[in-house]
Amino acid sequence: MNQQLRRAAYRTGMFFVSIALVAVLWELYKVIGPEKGGKLFGVAILPRANDTAMPHIWEMLSRYAEPEMRSPNSKLIWFVVLKGAFYSFRLALVGFIIGSTIGVALAALMTRFKTMERGLLPYLVISQTVPLIALAPLVVSWGGKLEIFGFTWPRWLSASVLGAFLAFFPIAVGTLRGLKSAPAASLELMDSYAASWKQTLFKLRFPAAIPYMVPAFKLGASGAVIGVVVAEISTGLKGGIGRLIIEYARQATGDPAKVFTAVFGAAGLGLAMAGLVALADVLLMRNRPKETTT
Amino acid sequence: MSAVHVAGVSKIFNQGTPKQVDALVDVNLTVEPGEFVSLIGPSGCGKSTLLRLIANLLEPTTGAVTVNGKTAAQSRLDQDYGMAFQQAGLFDWRSVAKNIELPLELKGWDTEKRAARAKEMLDLVKLPEFADLMPWQLSGGMQQRIAIARALAAHPPLLLMDEPFGALDEMTREYMQGELLRICAETKTTVVFVTHSIPEAVYLSNRVVVMSPRPGRITEVINVNLGENRSEDTRAADNFFAGITAVREALRGTHADHANAGAIRGVEDR
Repeated sequence: MNQQLRRAAYRTGMFFVSIALVAVLWELYKVIGPEKGGKLFGVAILPRANDTAMPHIWEMLSRYAEPEMRSPNSKLIWFVVLKGAFYSFRLALVGFIIGSTIGVALAALMTRFKTMERGLLPYLVISQTVPLIALAPLVVSWGGKLEIFGFTWPRWLSASVLGAFLAFFPIAVGTLRGLKSAPAASLELMDSYAASWKQTLFKLRFPAAIPYMVPAFKLGASGAVIGVVVAEISTGLKGGIGRLIIEYARQATGDPAKVFTAVFGAAGLGLAMAGLVALADVLLMRNRPKETTT
Repeated sequence: MSAVHVAGVSKIFNQGTPKQVDALVDVNLTVEPGEFVSLIGPSGCGKSTLLRLIANLLEPTTGAVTVNGKTAAQSRLDQDYGMAFQQAGLFDWRSVAKNIELPLELKGWDTEKRAARAKEMLDLVKLPEFADLMPWQLSGGMQQRIAIARALAAHPPLLLMDEPFGALDEMTREYMQGELLRICAETKTTVVFVTHSIPEAVYLSNRVVVMSPRPGRITEVINVNLGENRSEDTRAADNFFAGITAVREALRGTHADHANAGAIRGVEDR
């Protein structure tokens, strides 16, 4: 346990070190990089190092403590970003839950019926090649026309559905692999007990799948966040971090540090979702054999 | 009523395709209650296939398998047998006691009855203090003992074992053989045991069934009787070596260059 704690502390430490490293590189480039951008072998690839394109790290951070707008009763920006991130977080969570339910159900179906796997999997792959930007307005307009048993489709649900759309795919594929990872000998053992398919699914296949499902769910969680943020941007949904990013980006000429506050908010949102899955991982795997690596 | 009755059984895989394999041809075998019967033979002789036919994990192409006077399918549904494999195959996510309880859980036993039986089985395999450990915290021999406890948890009259000690070192293996004999005597369980090891087959069995490949069939059945009270001394006794020699000679006849030597030479009695 002590060793585990030390490993967790080490990993957390390394996380902050790597962030600090990125910050140092950023500032370093600002010192040596060309002010107006530059060409390398005739191609314009060097970004401009001026304060409009690349504000100083401390400017971005101090911007959090300043008011969002110049009006006298404007709220401080950290509060606005946090509120937006939390709003998007709730949408992403709903999307993640919808996406994992669908993904896990699809994986179970594909495990049960070989024909399902052969027939369905290509469509799942194709579904992920549809650009989200194109899909977002469609989902919103479909959703807007829905009304079932007095339940009116709220606008935010469209964003969650798009999050679910990105989340379900890695979850379905990862869970499918996991469900199939149960050793043949264990399946034979369950057969020898005349266990039903459902018993085998819940007592053998799912527990055996967890090591495969956790990374898949992590991917799904970040997918849900991306889906929600993109949906907010492309459908103009108010209240979330996606909307803040697009609003602040428009003000980038006059207030370059502002947009970064929202970008970091979105990154933090993704981390929070991944952290949620990591927590579930620790709880589910606490009795499993520990890896022998460091 | 015999514990296992195999009558005129053949098993052909991929029948009618170029990949056709005659795994077993015209096999007849009867195992009486309380008997310990080993199946031995070179790879591909169909000994594991025969075990899986008895377990109803495979269906015979022709012939019939009866277990405890019922069809093999019915006796699987009734859990009339327990099974152990070369890999202990314990579930990593279940404690030792919960692993033993697995077959009972599947049968719908209530929690208290299950816990009581798990305790009884842990006493039987002499590992009572390991109930709450996880399987990966146990040595290979201990894991295999838990697998046996799991196989016997529902008190089945028949135990089917597929090279259960194949992955263990020699010392542990001999210890486990002694333990298996003790457990079977205490529980009066009939055993069908697949193995590669001649001494193991001779030490454990009342009868050793010698099989040969291409096509898989029974070539000889050798009666071994080392008595009820086998001990470490038995491994140095003359009749133990005589049994080993008899099985070895029978196995020699099973090689491909002796394709016609498969005729039954008559059962040797010891």
